[in-house]
Amino acid sequence: MGKTVLVIAEQKDQKLRQVSLEALAAARQLAGDGGNIVSVLVGDNVDAAAQQLADHEQSQVVCVAADILVSYEAEHYFAAVQPVIDEVKPDIVILPHTASGRDLAPKIACHLDAGQISDVVAIEAVGEDVTFKRPIYAGKAFETKRFLTGPWVVTIRPNNLQADATNGAAAPIVKRTYTEPTPMRSQVVDVQRKGSDTRDLTEAKVVVSGGRGVRSADGFAPLAELAEVLDGALGASRAACDAGYCDYSLQIGQTGKVVTPDVYIACGISGAIQHLAGMSQSKLIIAINKDGEAPIFDIADYGVVGDLFEIVPKLTEKLREKITAVRS
Amino acid sequence: MNVIVLMKQTFDTEERIRLVDGQIAEDGVKWIINPYDEYAVEEAVRLKEQQGASVTVVSVGNEDVAQALRTALAMGADEAVLIDGTDLHDERAIAKALSAYLAKTPFDVLLAGNFSIDNGAGQVAIRVAHQLGLPHVAAITKLAIDGGKATCVREVDGDVQTVEVQLPALFTAQQGLNEPRYPSLPGIMKAKKKPLTNVTLGDLGLSADDVAPRVARIDLSLPPKRQAGQRLSGDVEAQAEQLADIILQATGQAGAR
Ligand SMILES: Cc1cc2nc3c(=O)[nH]c(=O)nc-3n(C[C@H](O)[C@H](O)[C@H](O)COP(=O)(O)OP(=O)(O)OC[C@H]3O[C@@H](n4cnc5c(N)ncnc54)[C@H](O)[C@@H]3O)c2cc1C
Ligand SMILES: Cc1cc2nc3c(=O)[nH]c(=O)nc-3n(C[C@H](O)[C@H](O)[C@H](O)COP(=O)(O)OP(=O)(O)OC[C@H]3O[C@@H](n4cnc5c(N)ncnc54)[C@H](O)[C@@H]3O)c2cc1C
Repeated sequence: MGKTVLVIAEQKDQKLRQVSLEALAAARQLAGDGGNIVSVLVGDNVDAAAQQLADHEQSQVVCVAADILVSYEAEHYFAAVQPVIDEVKPDIVILPHTASGRDLAPKIACHLDAGQISDVVAIEAVGEDVTFKRPIYAGKAFETKRFLTGPWVVTIRPNNLQADATNGAAAPIVKRTYTEPTPMRSQVVDVQRKGSDTRDLTEAKVVVSGGRGVRSADGFAPLAELAEVLDGALGASRAACDAGYCDYSLQIGQTGKVVTPDVYIACGISGAIQHLAGMSQSKLIIAINKDGEAPIFDIADYGVVGDLFEIVPKLTEKLREKITAVRS
Repeated sequence: MNVIVLMKQTFDTEERIRLVDGQIAEDGVKWIINPYDEYAVEEAVRLKEQQGASVTVVSVGNEDVAQALRTALAMGADEAVLIDGTDLHDERAIAKALSAYLAKTPFDVLLAGNFSIDNGAGQVAIRVAHQLGLPHVAAITKLAIDGGKATCVREVDGDVQTVEVQLPALFTAQQGLNEPRYPSLPGIMKAKKKPLTNVTLGDLGLSADDVAPRVARIDLSLPPKRQAGQRLSGDVEAQAEQLADIILQATGQAGAR
């Protein structure tokens, strides 16, 4: 018997986030034969993202749009999805483990009186038996969990599961009106946009990250160039943010963003556990640090002991040469 | 004003993790107040100092957690409550116990941590808020209380939001909210005389059924050992050359040479 799965999809700047398609693929895996998948999108204007989402096979894409939903706020977003949950009565709800997904999921789990497994990096399904793997202890260990009773609520870490590839479908898009919660007890009164010029760190295939060793805001320039030739994104350690070399929106780690790129290049970062928590799952880790004893080398696949200001520009130059050679 | 802090004692993740018989070895491990909960305790004590408040710290756990509660009392909290967690096995159950306690206790502000550094599900506090029908604001870096209203600042995906919320409400602390103090010697002495109450599930009117787990851990493992990292040799030129090839290989642009 197939299951009913609800995907709480996410958009940013009117573009569907890649992790939404990863959640959709997980939904397909868990729904099973004869299963039923419904996605929900919440925001101020979700039309473009809904089109992208509806390009993938599913029963329907539900849109809940209103001006007040422009910025994530727990009460409002919960009020947006609750009627859909109550109507669809999902066996399983899947959300991205992003700033908003991780905030909304426990409310949904509590509403359904359900268990929740957070920050999942792998799902294994053998017949009816489904297990979920997640990092614990800042990535120093993994636990495998299973649900004992339904419904299930799951949040998935971006960039770890395969994205859905059922393109070319034309799922129906259904619009629902938004009803504000009464009484309205909380409200976003101001939003300062930061770092919107940089690409979405959590979805980048290459991340070039700078730490205190970068020494100044100008010191980030060679890193930005390296990121650019690789079509990657710029990241930073907490110390670099605290020192004012870059904006906090670039921070990677336990209190910052969690990234799982194909290549992570740590420049002038010592490798504190709180930083590792945000990047140790990266597929390939390269460390450039002048201190050969720095703990970052313990988890790096390749290390260069040396001055980042010498190595990074040279590396950028080499990459530029090699990439142009191939394209021409 | 009554402020209640939800605080968890955690395994210090600076420690080396060892598995013994499929379990994480806990002998000789340092236990600490979850760092995000420490920010919450500090914020509560500052509210007390600045605006006058009574601060209660509540934790679910075993008897060893009393030590963390004493530390919070030494930081300036007035009272501590330890709910016996022996029969609580998942986030939902822990949230149920905390909610049952809070439903009987008056408060204006609930403070908690953003997540725990060991298990890190980030569920318990938000579940408590929802269960009690309260609004919450997670991962705050600034909190100002004015009468029945709070204004706080949080970061979501790089955007900085200012959120206004009516009290009572729950807030979870993010790094940057404050710099927690070290307990002073007089603080530690005073803490010994402050009340620490033990509460059982029975006291809260909860049955084993109410808190029956919804999820179970079935396996623990250590991350696959990374191949011993390779140090690239040669001069800067040679190192950059090797690195470029390694990166292009990994990004699937290996033909580039
Ligand atoms: C509760 C809590 C949460 C935290 N959350 C985070 C988080 O999310 N993310 C995070 O990153 N940190 C976090 N931290 C901070 C963390 O503990 C470290 O302090 C921080 O990661 C250190 O940053 P760093 O490696 O850039 O600086 P440092 O530790 O100072 O390291 C700088 C490195 O640069 C190297 N270096 C210097 N000059 C050069 C050069 N010219 N070329 C090459 N190498 C050079 C040095 O050898 C050194 O290894 C948190 C801490 C706490 C307590
Ligand atoms: C050794 C060990 C064994 C475990 N075994 C299992 C198992 O078999 N099955 C299973 O499902 N889970 C197991 N767990 C996980 C355990 O259930 C969680 O630690 C617990 O549910 C709390 O979740 P969390 O730590 O992710 O807290 P989060 O949800 O990340 O915490 C968020 C915030 O909620 C508050 N909070 C959280 N916990 C408490 C608390 N206890 N008291 C007061 N406030 C709190 C704090 O303010 C905290 O900052 C185990 C954990 C450990 C360390």
